[in-house]
Amino acid sequence: MGVTSKLGNLGVVTTTLDTAVNWARTGAMWPLLFGLACCAIEYMSTQASNYDMSRFGMELNRATPRQADLLIVSGRVTRKMAPVVRQLYDQMASPKWVISMGDCASCGGVYNNYAVVQGVDEIIPVDVYVAGCPPRPEQLLHGILTLHQKVQSETISQWA
Amino acid sequence: MAVVQSPDSYIQEGKWEGNLEQLKGLVSERAFTGETMLLNMGPHHPSTHGVLRVLLELDGERIVTAVPDIGYLHTGIEKSIEAKTYEKGVTLTDRMDYLSPLSNNMAFCMAVEKLADIDVPERAQLIRVMVLELQRIASHLVWLGTHAIDLGAMSVLLYCFREREKVLDMLEMLSGQRMMGSYIRPGGVWRDITPDFKPALRKFLDEFPRSINDYQALLEKNPLWIDRTQGVGVIEPEVALAWSMTGPSLRGSGVNWDIRKAEPYSGYETFDFNVPLGEHGDVYDRFMCRILELWESVKILDQGYKRLSDKGPFRTDNRKYVPPPRSELGRSMEAVIHHFKLWTEGFSVPDEEVYVSVESPRGEIGCYLHGTGGTKPRRVHFKTPSLIHVSALPIMSQGHFIADLVAIIGSVDIVLGDCDR
Amino acid sequence: MQIPPALDPAEAVQVAMPDSLLEVKLFRGETTLIIKPDDIAKVAQYLRDTPGLVYNFLSDISAVDYYPDYNRPERFGVAYHIYSMLYNRRLRLKVFVPEEAPEVPTVTSVWPGANWLEREIFDMMGINFSGHPDMRRLLMPQDWDGHPHRRDYPLGYEQVQFSFNVEDILKHKPLAKE
Repeated sequence: MGVTSKLGNLGVVTTTLDTAVNWARTGAMWPLLFGLACCAIEYMSTQASNYDMSRFGMELNRATPRQADLLIVSGRVTRKMAPVVRQLYDQMASPKWVISMGDCASCGGVYNNYAVVQGVDEIIPVDVYVAGCPPRPEQLLHGILTLHQKVQSETISQWA
Repeated sequence: MAVVQSPDSYIQEGKWEGNLEQLKGLVSERAFTGETMLLNMGPHHPSTHGVLRVLLELDGERIVTAVPDIGYLHTGIEKSIEAKTYEKGVTLTDRMDYLSPLSNNMAFCMAVEKLADIDVPERAQLIRVMVLELQRIASHLVWLGTHAIDLGAMSVLLYCFREREKVLDMLEMLSGQRMMGSYIRPGGVWRDITPDFKPALRKFLDEFPRSINDYQALLEKNPLWIDRTQGVGVIEPEVALAWSMTGPSLRGSGVNWDIRKAEPYSGYETFDFNVPLGEHGDVYDRFMCRILELWESVKILDQGYKRLSDKGPFRTDNRKYVPPPRSELGRSMEAVIHHFKLWTEGFSVPDEEVYVSVESPRGEIGCYLHGTGGTKPRRVHFKTPSLIHVSALPIMSQGHFIADLVAIIGSVDIVLGDCDR
Repeated sequence: MQIPPALDPAEAVQVAMPDSLLEVKLFRGETTLIIKPDDIAKVAQYLRDTPGLVYNFLSDISAVDYYPDYNRPERFGVAYHIYSMLYNRRLRLKVFVPEEAPEVPTVTSVWPGANWLEREIFDMMGINFSGHPDMRRLLMPQDWDGHPHRRDYPLGYEQVQFSFNVEDILKHKPLAKE
């Protein structure tokens, strides 16, 4: 603003710290390679070339939670798998976000019985819920963009 | 290394140690002295095709014993179906083997039709066969993509998913949903084919053979692929039969058994197709079996396309089991009564048991259905091929490296939703 | 190679082991032999090894719980579905198991593929298979109580959320903030 109008086109950009850090966070948010059930197949379709997720920054899936930013819980979480999901979430380094993909991860889905955890938000805090059984790739992309909007509206006081 | 984890104790204390006592009968003696290493190939792993846990006993990098541990995706589908009527239960069967939902629907619907003695019109049988073969193509494409990327060929994954989008578009035209369509219902299929289905199918059948040629050109004679897959995971035909393996995993060892040929259902006897067989029983032969099955599915779809008429019956007229179309409700009192009874209570089946089996892309899905004489089942049990194949993993992987275990898991095409239900 | 002619399984078992076979049923083209529980392994061995029968493929083992309306001999039934590759025909062996002593001899010595199928039935129905090499739970966690597929085991669902039970339900979801 002030500097560029006085000195002309120097290749300098001024912005706030919030915007810069949030831009960096949403630009390359790498998810954890974590697919549980049917939603994982739609997640793989979203990652593939037809509904490419790399254009939104999710180029790679990291196999280890220590290097991942985003946990997309795709599929039904059963009572036997619940401690594993919790352990993976704990192993991720902050800043981390969680998208609960599909009906089973959001609320237990079609299964209201002894074996399925009724919503992964019984175990880990969720940022965005994506509905669908399984959600279409466009729905998942909308969920990811909603998460990006949410991250871009964060301020210094909310950073992990 | 924890073998037993109860949720509360883990979250509170962060315990990692377990004791080796629980493994007494499962791993060899050398593990207890520390000569071999116990490694957990855990439920979260990029190459296990789902949430499968394999406890490996390793001597250096060679596997001495592999103990699979399943149940991480057990959703109690069988018990949930017992609480629903038969028409509603079809939607739950979609989600077992989530790569080929229509095969599961077919197994359940065939069992209901056999038990309640419901007939299926010929055109509905033809539509069912075509939809099942489309589903077989879609499932084999996912198998090929994930198997190839496990062994390092990443572009095959992207090509396969690109072709799969076309198949999913066609399934969406028919049932409204890409994956869990519940298109096959007791008595026929849910609704008639739409006008855009046949042109899309023709276009797909004209273009798909070139894609299969691409996959074969990339992998079939590739020296890297041959090195990694030939001689790996060999299982002899007698051992495979004794362990109840089915489908392409059995045919890769040379046993000529395909339910579509041996006990044909839904009009398969009127189609002309071959059953590819392997010879050595290794990963390469199972791979070739499935690739050749893609060609056979294209053949069946071609024959079906020529026979399929645009209009005709798609579900049985027996109003005791199938709700009437809305147009009939305005004109006939019986239709209203049938509609009411079917949507409130459902139809009743006798208090007997049946067993049907269907050739899914993975193997034989068997559905054991025991009715009560009422509207809800007493017991539904699905014998799924992936459960049997995971139990045969220790035999196939003995003496191989961990990287070979990845190839074996991929070649046997397990889907954990199928395994755990 | 001469294939020996196919024998009728019901007659063959009736002749060879007359006190094991309790009943023969025919329904929708499927033959069911009802066998005494303690003899199932012997009958299975006979059916697999006799030329003319050669039921060498085990398709499925399923268990049924007839609680609470028992118009059957006992509470549990175990159905073995076997298939003969040579003669291309199927057969079902049914065994009725009482509630007080649910024990059946294992058939893993005849068909090794029965290993995990029997483990699943132990896990889900609580029927013990004596002589099984590895009797542990298969699908549920090892320290789980109860056998889920029994008819008196509750389905265990979450109730529909109304204003009177909304706090009870939200107590289970401490992390669902937004």
